[in-house]
Amino acid sequence: MITKRIIPCLDVKDGRVVKGVNFLGLADVSDPVKLADYYSRSGADELVFYDITASAENRRLFTDILCRVASTIFIPLTVGGGINGVEDFDRVLKCGADKVSVNTGAIRDPDLIRRAAIRYGSQCVVLSADIKRVDGQFRVFGRGGRDDTGIEAISWLRRGVENGAGEIVVNSIDTDGVKKGFDLELLAAVCDAVNVPVIASGGAGSKEDFIKLFQTLPGVDAGLAASVFHFGQIAIPDLKQTLWEHNINVRRTGVTV
Amino acid sequence: MIGIVDYGVGNLFSLKSSFYAIGQTALVSDDPAVLGACDRLILPGVGAFGDASEKLRASGLDRLVCRQAEQGVPLLGICLGMQMLFEESLEHGRYKGLGLLKGQVCPIVPKDPAVHKIPHIGWNGLHVTQPSLLFAEVREGDEVYFVHSYSARDCADSVIATVEYGEELTAAVAQGNVYGTQFHPEKSGPVGLSILKAFCQF
Repeated sequence: MITKRIIPCLDVKDGRVVKGVNFLGLADVSDPVKLADYYSRSGADELVFYDITASAENRRLFTDILCRVASTIFIPLTVGGGINGVEDFDRVLKCGADKVSVNTGAIRDPDLIRRAAIRYGSQCVVLSADIKRVDGQFRVFGRGGRDDTGIEAISWLRRGVENGAGEIVVNSIDTDGVKKGFDLELLAAVCDAVNVPVIASGGAGSKEDFIKLFQTLPGVDAGLAASVFHFGQIAIPDLKQTLWEHNINVRRTGVTV
Repeated sequence: MIGIVDYGVGNLFSLKSSFYAIGQTALVSDDPAVLGACDRLILPGVGAFGDASEKLRASGLDRLVCRQAEQGVPLLGICLGMQMLFEESLEHGRYKGLGLLKGQVCPIVPKDPAVHKIPHIGWNGLHVTQPSLLFAEVREGDEVYFVHSYSARDCADSVIATVEYGEELTAAVAQGNVYGTQFHPEKSGPVGLSILKAFCQF
């Protein structure tokens, strides 16, 4: 039986993980390569690297880091941030990324999903969306959640899948950072609308939030989080053990920490 | 020396790195002379079958792979590379494979697409159906990483492991010196690396 995935997300700026992390016994808490290795040995099922760099020079730094991560850990890597064209897919895939996540780039150029899917296959194209409730409607926000695009979110995701997105990341702005659980209402609507894997993001504050997510919505394939992992509030081996005890199928091999 | 067949499909960086991680040296090449001198070959592959098999043929490396396999050189096909070992694929048409193994590659058709979504993406447990040296360190149910929408069928002669995804899908095959994994051992953590290690010890 396929397992539910647990995915830590790392924001990288100027070659360092933003805000760092707070692990006991990990000296350099903002070195992306060390952190990736730590998560890999903790049993993370996949890693997401998000490039929040602005300059071209630092973008090269990011791809260098990606190459180092990809030669150190042997679990799937997804890269997002600054993906605006097929050439950006090319740039990160050559460094060892397995999947590429598009967000604002797809809002600017909706045809990007189709072109990338034709060239690299749907399995490689992840459509990520920052979604917030506005006037009783789920709305897609661009530029890291800053701009209301006016686009209705569920139909946007459905169109993305029709155009070739092989996976969806749903980031709820309403629950993000609140740490009171995932946005189950939004996620249920997305699961009803698309038949590709759905990754839930935004709101994880405790192990119970993950249990509730997977028990309430069997259609959700993975839970993604950042700070609760980085700051040690949730340890991945412990989370997986707890999920397992609640009859949620997770991968328990690969833990060496 | 392990030779990774480079016919212009996908990124081979992780694959090459994974051999380094288990203390082996692998080279990536599109040169038949270089690959012909390797004592083990890896046939990788991502994307669509038709496009990939056309590129393999255009590069002339299809003949090299078949010749080496027939001469007993251990060959491991990974993901689409495994699918290409078979006679044909029905992905977006009908395309000929290398024909090293008997069988056909067909779309996965789930009974309930909301439960068993396509592509089959993620970590799923192996059900070992035939003992194989490839699985020297693999335990029943160990999870490995899959990403695929098509699956090999009618290949009872060569199946050594299956994976449950609404039905039993072909997860790994072996016949003589020809091996294949539908999953990505280079993305399957310690279990995956143990499989690559086993392949290097034949």
